[in-house]
Amino acid sequence: MPISYYLALSAVLFGLGVIGFVFKRNIITIFMSIELMLNAVNLAFIAFGLALGQLQGQVFVFFVIVVAAAEAAVGLAIVIVIARNRQSLNVERINLLKL
Amino acid sequence: MFPPRQDVLRLMPEIILSLSGILLMLIEPFLSGARRTLIVTLAALGSGLALVSTIYPATLPGTAFSGLLRIDGFSVFVHVVVEAVAFLVIIGSADYLDREKIQHGEYYALVLFATVGMCVMAGAAELMTAFVGLETSSISTYILAGYRRDVPRSNESAMKYFLLGSFATAFFLYGIALLYGATGTTQLARMTFPTTPGRERLLDLGLGLMLVGLAFKIAAAPFQLWTPDVYEGAPTPVTALMASGPKAAAFALLLRILATVGAAGTFWFWALWVSAALTMFVGNLAAIAQSNVKRMLAYSSISHAGYILVALAAAAASDQVELGVAAVLYYLAVYALMKLGAFIFVSQLGGESERHMEIDDFRGLAVRQPVAAACFALFLLSLLGLPVTSGFLGKFYIFNAALASRLIWLAVLLAINTVIAAFYYLRVIVVMYMRQPNQTWPPAPMPWAVTFVLSIAAAGTFYLGLFPGRVMALATQAALSLPGR
Amino acid sequence: MSGNLAQAYAPLLIHLLVALGLSAILLILSSLIGQHRPTREKMQPYECGITPVGDAREPFDVKFYLVAMVFILFDVEAVFLYPWAYVFRELRWFGFTEMLLYILILLAGYVYLWKKGALDWNPSKTQRDRQT
Repeated sequence: MPISYYLALSAVLFGLGVIGFVFKRNIITIFMSIELMLNAVNLAFIAFGLALGQLQGQVFVFFVIVVAAAEAAVGLAIVIVIARNRQSLNVERINLLKL
Repeated sequence: MFPPRQDVLRLMPEIILSLSGILLMLIEPFLSGARRTLIVTLAALGSGLALVSTIYPATLPGTAFSGLLRIDGFSVFVHVVVEAVAFLVIIGSADYLDREKIQHGEYYALVLFATVGMCVMAGAAELMTAFVGLETSSISTYILAGYRRDVPRSNESAMKYFLLGSFATAFFLYGIALLYGATGTTQLARMTFPTTPGRERLLDLGLGLMLVGLAFKIAAAPFQLWTPDVYEGAPTPVTALMASGPKAAAFALLLRILATVGAAGTFWFWALWVSAALTMFVGNLAAIAQSNVKRMLAYSSISHAGYILVALAAAAASDQVELGVAAVLYYLAVYALMKLGAFIFVSQLGGESERHMEIDDFRGLAVRQPVAAACFALFLLSLLGLPVTSGFLGKFYIFNAALASRLIWLAVLLAINTVIAAFYYLRVIVVMYMRQPNQTWPPAPMPWAVTFVLSIAAAGTFYLGLFPGRVMALATQAALSLPGR
Repeated sequence: MSGNLAQAYAPLLIHLLVALGLSAILLILSSLIGQHRPTREKMQPYECGITPVGDAREPFDVKFYLVAMVFILFDVEAVFLYPWAYVFRELRWFGFTEMLLYILILLAGYVYLWKKGALDWNPSKTQRDRQT
């Protein structure tokens, strides 16, 4: 299996994540898009590690996973606080601060 | 297998910061009653000790932990800036937190953890280390931005910062992955031009993605959209931290990549050029339209990122990076002090729930609080870049670096922007000095902690404006300590 | 190259086809042969034999999210234990002390959580007051 297949898949997943981030309106969905992007990167890391014959690529994935988990916990906490204060998770209604 | 002793010593500031942060979190639940003094003292002590312990990395240059960190003059310079910012923010936050009734140990622990992340970014010689540092500082600041958790504006600020910050991080990370694939390593020093043609494109793509990720963090156009909202909604002392600390660390990382990875300079140059020009104009033009001082300062910090980008472009353009790098470092120190001072002043003046943030609220302040108003005026004039203040010299060095790299047009744009910026900075000063005092609300007297922070920031602003020699020498030394292309 | 590829993935493809085919045949057969007498009871969603109460999409207590967050963190932090265990013998005391430090930091987080009452399913009144 040539490495370009994995890389293409990773790029497509990353692209889907970006599209989801830009077009979705629910915080949780946006958040999931970001996770998708991170996992696309993980795939790229593993593919490169495999192609280069190094273990490093897989070790990096551990770091990404742990950091992503920490990010997820903080994100969830923020979402809970917003849900409690605003009763809505639609980003368009979260508009006290003008963009 | 144990790392040599000097490796641990080189990491001393980070170790002290982490330990004091953990200690604060551990004692927090056990405290009740007279907690404020203990918590603030501990936090200030932790950051102060870290600042002092920077003497270890300063005297023990070299790579540490099998090449993950590179302790050199450059990283020490950024360490000192970042730790000083943390120290001042901690002291400057205490009264604000009391007023908002959110005086918790966690706040200070998070500030300390964020500082650890920034320090790691400053010394990272390997991209995954840089990533972990970046995330440590970012995640802590996401929480800090939403620290007034019952205030919807603060929630929103945290959410926007979190979503856009993680989005940017993903780009940065993808860039790392591509660089790793192209060069087979994440050690910056070992990243050489790949020989196979396909790999070369990977390298460029990776560098581009990393630039996008970091541009988000330093609020460079066109990725600056989040800045005003996040800065406005976050508790003001946190804004002071966000505007000075993480920005300095992200610039340090950009510089290190620029100076170490040969391909970065040529590939980034035009992107940096365009972004610098855009960022200056976007920040300054939008700042003119603001009536809220906090938001105005947020836009002004965007424009300052633009000024620093000019020096970065200068470093990327020439073979001699030193001039540009030294200019960036000097400006980072200058900028951190004046911006921090301005935001801490605004946090105090804003009063309970940050109600008094409009320009109108600053009417006649010179009559009612002459010393504090003079300090604020000093910071604004320095942000504007008037002679005698540090802002002038900072801009001068950037100008110098730009001309040395023959970036005439960028230097001209910088000058034009300084003139534009005069409108909004001077407006606030005019309101403070020439209007009748506002009678509806009495500004609270300055607590000693805030006075302390303001005087240090003001003294630093004068010192860097009048006696640049020593610090500039250090900055040049720091620039020369980078491995070079 | 592509011939190799097809060979390597042929078993997977066959498995997929058999699984799809079998389930399709079973579904079609049962809808053709079986008798259909839908009653109210039968059309209810199946919930492990318990009569369903209310809408399944009702909001959860915030406590669940808190537990979920804490779980994610501690669960994922453990991921570093796997590579560590693999090279433990080669790293010897260095590996041991490093992991000890790591676990101690996690432990500090755990003590913090516990003392803050995040693990209390039914916080007592005094604790609830302290939290808010």
